[in-house]
Amino acid sequence: MEHIKTVETRNLCESAKKGGCGECQTSCQSACKTSCGIANQKCESEKK
Amino acid sequence: MIHQYKLGGYNIVLDVCSGALHVVDDLSYDIIAGLDEIYSHQEKLNRGNDGKSGGMIDIETLSERVLYDMQKKYAGTKMGDPSEIRECYEQIMALKEQGKLFTRDEYEPMAGELKARTSGVVKALCLHIAHTCNLNCSYCFASQGKYHGERAVMSYEVGKRALDFLVENSGTRRNLEVDFFGGEPLMNFQVVKDLVAYARSIEKEKGKNFRFTLTTNGVLVDDDVIEFANRECHNVVLSLDGRKEVHDRYRVDYAGNGSWEKIVPKFQKFVEARGGKNYYMRGTFTHANPDFLEDIKVMLDLGFTELSMEPVVCGEDDPARLTEEDLPIVLEQYEKLAELMIQRDKEGKPFTFYHYMIDLKGGPCIYKRISGCGSGTEYMAVTPWGDLYPCHQFVGEEKFLLGNIYKGVKNKKVQDDFMACNVYAREECRNCWARLYCSGGCAANAYHATGSVRGVYKYGCELFKKRIECALMVAIHREFAE
Repeated sequence: MEHIKTVETRNLCESAKKGGCGECQTSCQSACKTSCGIANQKCESEKK
Repeated sequence: MIHQYKLGGYNIVLDVCSGALHVVDDLSYDIIAGLDEIYSHQEKLNRGNDGKSGGMIDIETLSERVLYDMQKKYAGTKMGDPSEIRECYEQIMALKEQGKLFTRDEYEPMAGELKARTSGVVKALCLHIAHTCNLNCSYCFASQGKYHGERAVMSYEVGKRALDFLVENSGTRRNLEVDFFGGEPLMNFQVVKDLVAYARSIEKEKGKNFRFTLTTNGVLVDDDVIEFANRECHNVVLSLDGRKEVHDRYRVDYAGNGSWEKIVPKFQKFVEARGGKNYYMRGTFTHANPDFLEDIKVMLDLGFTELSMEPVVCGEDDPARLTEEDLPIVLEQYEKLAELMIQRDKEGKPFTFYHYMIDLKGGPCIYKRISGCGSGTEYMAVTPWGDLYPCHQFVGEEKFLLGNIYKGVKNKKVQDDFMACNVYAREECRNCWARLYCSGGCAANAYHATGSVRGVYKYGCELFKKRIECALMVAIHREFAE
């Protein structure tokens, strides 16, 4: 039987190959201004 | 490293380093926990002797022991059948083979790479358009907009030079972020408008795309502001704390009158006119309302759906400060908020909570995740007179003065400290499962809690970790509900 369901996610190890363009927002802009979170940010790379 | 927890009826396993996310049954959950202990122990031994021979443990025997323990634990149930346990183990091992479980952290050498690669590039400025405010909120981290200094407004000349500084220092980066911040930026609205007009006049020729954000308390919002912001601002952040009595406790004018009645209709009009463009209702919760979910519900009842609710940032002696006793209440509120999101999804009335936005398929790359928040390097705050600070939360702290928009960054020592802030700069972060979601946390929080930008604000970490657990749970629910 199936014991595990895997949710599709971006493979972070793979992202090392093409990542690092720096086009994304800085980390505490948008709404919080008083903490740092990057999980809610978008990748803005054109070659993703 | 993995992180496993139970929430919302799900057994959740996050493979920290690959970002893979699994929902598992009880048997897998227990086997994974047992195996994680073994692999973690081995990793510690490896770290201790540089991964060279010696210090090895017998992983195979220990793994068999875990499976044997499962037979005892699940005896008399279908899950206790040795062939079922073996099959489950094989599924776990297949994920390990695919790099989706027990992935090792091999990112440390890359930690400084993004910052080194983009060294000297500035991509975002927080323009302190007005160091003054028409509200007198005692919990304000900016001391009623004055940042512990004199009242001041930014002139067009200073703002224009700041934009030129940004363009000059942005390298090949196309998207440039500019926040109009304060104090209350609408107290200097003409300069805001003039600066946007200037930026628009140069962006094509310079090959840049300016994205503006306006943060306002709403008092001066009128048709002119709404029309301008909806045309020019990529995002607006509207300050509202939720319940009227909660909002009016702190968000008062200089005569002590609450501002809720005045601003709510303006914000409703503003948001409606925005026609789907980005906005956030941003609330602050304090010791007076650790039950902030009630405030979120009020925001929803008022018709707002893009919400952010932040723990107060204030001094140790401030009565607004969240206490240790508040912590369990706040953590529970985050869980209930996640439940509310799921419930509203089912009712066809979804809403967004800023900290639960998580793009599992297309979120930030690993470089971004390990390189810290960017304050003091790619992001800086500009005072009304043109001084540069690492971020808006350091303005007024003279030892963090970086330089100014005319001569650039001169205080390299302070900038180097910020440059060195990354996930691996703090021992606590190195071993934390949430490190690839907070990127090492907020330097200002760390400084105010510990006196060092490389310290750890533990209270904030507790809140952050709970938020990510909830965000992942909601994402899982949405994935499987589709």
